[in-house]
Amino acid sequence: MIDILNEYWKAYLFSDGTRWSGLVVTLWLLAISVAIGFVMAIPLAVARVSSNKWVSRPVWLYTYVFRGTPLYVQLLLIYTGIYSLSFVRSTSLLDAFFRDGMHCAILAFALNTCAYTTEIFAGAIRATAHGEVEAARAYGMSKFTQFRRIILPSALRRALPGYSNEVILMLHCTSVAFTATVPDLLKVARDVNSATYQSFEAFGLAALLYLTVSFALVWAFRQAERRWLAFQRPLGK
Amino acid sequence: MWLEGYGPLILAGTWMTIKLALLSLLVAVVIGLLGALAKLSPNRLLRNVATGYTTLIRGIPDLVLMLLLFYSIQIWLNELTDWLGWEQISIDPFSTGVLTLGFIYGAYFTETFRGAFQSVPSGQLEAGYAYGMTGPQVFRRILFGQMMRFALPGIGNNWQVLVKATALVSIIGLADVVKVTQEAGKGTYNMFGFVLLAALIYLALTTVSNLVLMWLERRYTAGVRSMPL
Repeated sequence: MIDILNEYWKAYLFSDGTRWSGLVVTLWLLAISVAIGFVMAIPLAVARVSSNKWVSRPVWLYTYVFRGTPLYVQLLLIYTGIYSLSFVRSTSLLDAFFRDGMHCAILAFALNTCAYTTEIFAGAIRATAHGEVEAARAYGMSKFTQFRRIILPSALRRALPGYSNEVILMLHCTSVAFTATVPDLLKVARDVNSATYQSFEAFGLAALLYLTVSFALVWAFRQAERRWLAFQRPLGK
Repeated sequence: MWLEGYGPLILAGTWMTIKLALLSLLVAVVIGLLGALAKLSPNRLLRNVATGYTTLIRGIPDLVLMLLLFYSIQIWLNELTDWLGWEQISIDPFSTGVLTLGFIYGAYFTETFRGAFQSVPSGQLEAGYAYGMTGPQVFRRILFGQMMRFALPGIGNNWQVLVKATALVSIIGLADVVKVTQEAGKGTYNMFGFVLLAALIYLALTTVSNLVLMWLERRYTAGVRSMPL
């Protein structure tokens, strides 16, 4: 245990000597895919609740497909599947993008988390109190202003508990990134395992680090809920 | 030729995935029921063990636990057989997959069942005791049936997540639908088509599960008045 810590602590946390590795890569994957997913999910959620079927059905199909298949299969499709197509290899821009495992992992993760986030946000938008929207319309707000001033601020707050689950699940999902040769935390643990044959210690260290980040996220979201969902806190005490 | 000769292999892989998911579900439900009873028991030690189990397992990624257990169980088993002077027993990916998935999702089922047990009004149990039923009788005749109704949506969610998690077992070498489609893709130089096929098979599995769950929910909520909203 001590010898693994002495020799590999840097690789587990931030660098394997030549490039970023371990925890830093995992956190980067999480941050960028969750950020892209969040930004795309807001317009998609608005489209998902639209009464126009031509707008809402395609979004439904997207979330249905991405929520109905495993993330690992989606990553394989993007990393090994798309790159095996000959026209991708012959187009230099596409070739450069899909050759890199990191790009593929980020694309797959962002698409996946965006699908779940869209449904979470859409659910929250649907649950907006009818009177609030009516009041906004009575003030003569346009559709856009209604969403910007009334619906989205309250819906995103109410989505917070569901969204926090999604972010923590996404942290766990980033562990499949090593199958696309991304040097994330689990990749380091696997390398240490094959170098030392101390499986329990090698994977246990990674598990401990994932656990720490999970707890940190739970704590951070609890703070966020205290701030933005203060009105929902039970009275008394 | 049907799927360039890989058809039977892919069918076998799909069957492997279904078997894996169903057996893991069984293990997870049993662990979940025991865990929920432990969490609700008056014994402090049992409660703490169950809380530690659910907190720990739900904080660590499935894949990390799977690899941890897959390699460690083999090493521990080797040490045990060496110590006993037996021949080495090598465990196969299928049983490891069932045990680890069951062990992991047992933690999620524990939480589902705990919430469902707590949702059964205590007056129901009191009525049972007032009729002179024993503890196990109250559990079997009154608590369990009503609990299942509250647990069903949670069970459905966990099942859908579990089905998708089975894809990870191909990483430890099980010939499931992911693994066989990868092989078919490599063999035919049509990776894209075969991975897409795997995705479609999973989509079919989750769609069928959705329909079954909707049917079950209708059955279990028969006789419950829905709230007019």
